[in-house]
Amino acid sequence: MLTLTSEIRTPYHRIRAGAKLAGLCAATVGLVVLDSLAAMLLANAAVAGLYLVPGRAFLRAGLGLLKPVWFFVALVMLWHGLTGDLMAGAVIALRLIAAVALANLVTMTSRFDDLVEVVMWGLAPLARLGVNTAPIGFAIVLVVRFIPVMLDKARLLIDAWRARSPRRPGWQVALPITLVAVDDAEHVAEALRARGGFDMD
Amino acid sequence: MERQVTLIALFAALIAVLGLVPKFALASGIPITAQGMGIMLCGTVLGARRGALAVLLFLGLVALGLPLLAGGRGGLGVFAGPTVGFLIGFPIAAFVTGLIMERMRGAPVFPAAIIAAVIGGIVVLYIPGILGMVAMLDLTVTQATLSMAPFIPGDLIKAGLAAALTSALYKARPSSVLSRA
Repeated sequence: MLTLTSEIRTPYHRIRAGAKLAGLCAATVGLVVLDSLAAMLLANAAVAGLYLVPGRAFLRAGLGLLKPVWFFVALVMLWHGLTGDLMAGAVIALRLIAAVALANLVTMTSRFDDLVEVVMWGLAPLARLGVNTAPIGFAIVLVVRFIPVMLDKARLLIDAWRARSPRRPGWQVALPITLVAVDDAEHVAEALRARGGFDMD
Repeated sequence: MERQVTLIALFAALIAVLGLVPKFALASGIPITAQGMGIMLCGTVLGARRGALAVLLFLGLVALGLPLLAGGRGGLGVFAGPTVGFLIGFPIAAFVTGLIMERMRGAPVFPAAIIAAVIGGIVVLYIPGILGMVAMLDLTVTQATLSMAPFIPGDLIKAGLAAALTSALYKARPSSVLSRA
């Protein structure tokens, strides 16, 4: 399964996912509280430094993940330019870039399984209260499996359409794809029930 | 219980798969993606509570670092970004869509679903979305709303498609449409 975790090994990979998440929370609160251009410039320099430690290739990958942000940076600068308050616009844009880049850094340096483990750890108190949390972990695994299966089946149905029609497949394939997927889900549910399902004991 | 969990997981996966459908541009040149249709379908097919759970499951996986948002976005960064209002709005939108669908149990599926998808998947979704842009980008409500206007025609098309799909699914597999079960 494709994830956003970076292939490039960094010193940050070794830090526990839970600790990185806690640090991220604190840093994001800090970014919201600080409200000066100087502080934001400093924060961005610090974040850039964090990205540079593992090397240029890692920094490039990080910049790639930031791509969706540039549109909004342009939007902010445009509106604030129109209202004549470019300084305020710059502070907001810089805060946005630093906050998103920091969060991406945690994502890039944490394994998916480790993050799932943090979630299950967070859910543990619920389990002690008697809430059955097993279906949550199971549902995560199911989605990760369903996505490639659904894509495969969709591809088959689209190929079948192409073999029979000169026109491009459009909304007409949506229903068969949905039906195949729903039938699959019902089969999985039946198989689960046959094996005892989500009983707590 | 097992059926509900698998259907919830299936629709979470469906939102992700719809995010991979290539985006197309309307006459206005604004690109639209099919992902929003997945949110609507969660409500119209699964109903309020289960629809919202499916969306929360999807968002959980995005937060854990899977690039499942349209355009291959994902990770914790998107929750610090300017579109976070829409992400918060996703489960609310699915819930309201499902709630309207359940309340209109007496009406035929297609009209009920289109009303539910327009109110839940567009009106209810835009409110936190626009407030999020106001908060993150320091725009006025008017500015943020104006920035969203070009997306409305595409979203109306999605509501129509979601309703058509729900009604067809109800004919073929009535027991799988949990909002009517």
